[in-house]
Amino acid sequence: MHKINSRRDVLKLAGAATLAGMLPSGKAFAQAAGNVVVIGGGFGGASAARYLKRMGVNVTLIEANATFSTCPFSNTVLGGFGKMADITHNYDGLKRAGINVITGTVTGIDVAQKRVTVQGNTTPIPYDRMVVSSGIDFKFTGAGALAGYDEAATEKMPHAWKAGPQTELLARQLTAMPDGGTFIMTIPNNPYRCPPGPYERASLVAHYLKTNKPRSKILLLDGKETFSKQALFQGAWRELYGNMIEWVAFGQGGNVSRVDPNTMTAFTDFGQHKGDVVNVIPPQRSGRVVDLAGLATGDWCNVNQATFESRTVPGVHVIGDACVAGAMPKSGFSANNQAKVAAAAIVASLRNQPAPSPSLINVCYSLVNPDYGISVASVHRVGEDGTIISVPNSGGTSAANASADVRKLEAEYARGWYKSIMQEMFG
Amino acid sequence: MSLRTLASCTLALMALGGIAQADETAPAVLATACFACHGMDGKSPGQIPSLTGKTKEAFSTAMKGFKTDQIPATVMNRLAKGYTDAEIEALATFYANLK
Repeated sequence: MHKINSRRDVLKLAGAATLAGMLPSGKAFAQAAGNVVVIGGGFGGASAARYLKRMGVNVTLIEANATFSTCPFSNTVLGGFGKMADITHNYDGLKRAGINVITGTVTGIDVAQKRVTVQGNTTPIPYDRMVVSSGIDFKFTGAGALAGYDEAATEKMPHAWKAGPQTELLARQLTAMPDGGTFIMTIPNNPYRCPPGPYERASLVAHYLKTNKPRSKILLLDGKETFSKQALFQGAWRELYGNMIEWVAFGQGGNVSRVDPNTMTAFTDFGQHKGDVVNVIPPQRSGRVVDLAGLATGDWCNVNQATFESRTVPGVHVIGDACVAGAMPKSGFSANNQAKVAAAAIVASLRNQPAPSPSLINVCYSLVNPDYGISVASVHRVGEDGTIISVPNSGGTSAANASADVRKLEAEYARGWYKSIMQEMFG
Repeated sequence: MSLRTLASCTLALMALGGIAQADETAPAVLATACFACHGMDGKSPGQIPSLTGKTKEAFSTAMKGFKTDQIPATVMNRLAKGYTDAEIEALATFYANLK
């Protein structure tokens, strides 16, 4: 954390700023000294570690798991045409890049002494600045939790909203489901990870069922009145899957107030629905590791949206699903772009330079079937009030009347995006 | 600009947050946002076109064509509208100089 202590410091800083202004743009990747600890090895954390490292920072990445399975493309596993191996990545590429990767659980964050404790390690890891990219955790108890849905319930009614064993469990349940069965998905109110995700999942489950169990039904019980890319999804559902998918909005009886994993039942304000497979996407909050540093205000972490530095703990940057980022959705793409902005701000601060003015993009691709892609895109800047805004008259969803060729091209580009961002993150 | 003025400008910027903020978006910052689809340093490993190696003219003509809907695209029409012509020129120069 850079603090202004004297007029001399201010002058020194001003000098650095002038120098930065004279540097050609190509020098943006020049070296900077300093130690940064990154907590979390997902879209935000892996991207931040890679960009910080290439700007010359000493980076330690702490991640609880030895591998990372991506939520993006995990629905292809449910759709029966993707494999877990396709979406599971290790950290060898980060190690090769010179990043110190620690596989372990963070047990303590001392923000005063600026050091992090990892389970099993006696020596705390010091940092000059820290990046926390914790992703989400689920609200199993307390305010905002879904009654009846606790950790044990996830074994009967999988969420599969963190990819990995839960994805495999839901895929197995789908495979075991009889033809003519009912697949129920409960969808929370905003905000949650990946706004269009539930609807892509419904689409690819429909693709699997149409291929293998065509008499089956999909019931979507939604805690919202509208959803991302709604017209595109609903148009494609009619076109590809007839009446297989029924979506129930909040006001029409979609709001699920309780579930019972023993009877595989979801209870709404108006009635109850029993499913053969019940996929509960639970209410969410920032990953619990943020509590060790007191980073959250309520469920999420407030940050300076130009640098992603915490509003509550100076020197700590929170990116990705865990933070409040104005008009940006909680997506892997957003987390990756926010990582670059945070990395640039951190490097600037280590050099006593002003942080560059950010520019961010988000593109969320969804597959409705393997050859039918749709997207929502946005370009973001920081507005005058300091929050991230969408650039006016830009962005939006795929055209409503696009040809089959365009849908196919978007599906190809979805796969191209995945290859690019995985290489960016994991090398 | 005198050092004193600069210092007070910097102070004003610093007052907004932990780290001072530059007011113009640098080409490298604009460009890194694109890497998520077009690959690290604009070199795409997959189905999305690379940006590195494009001439300044080719990049700028394509982006301005997308922006004005003169050139059809899937997602680039929507994204190009988020950039000023000056930013497109800066990006074109950046990618033309990337090796």
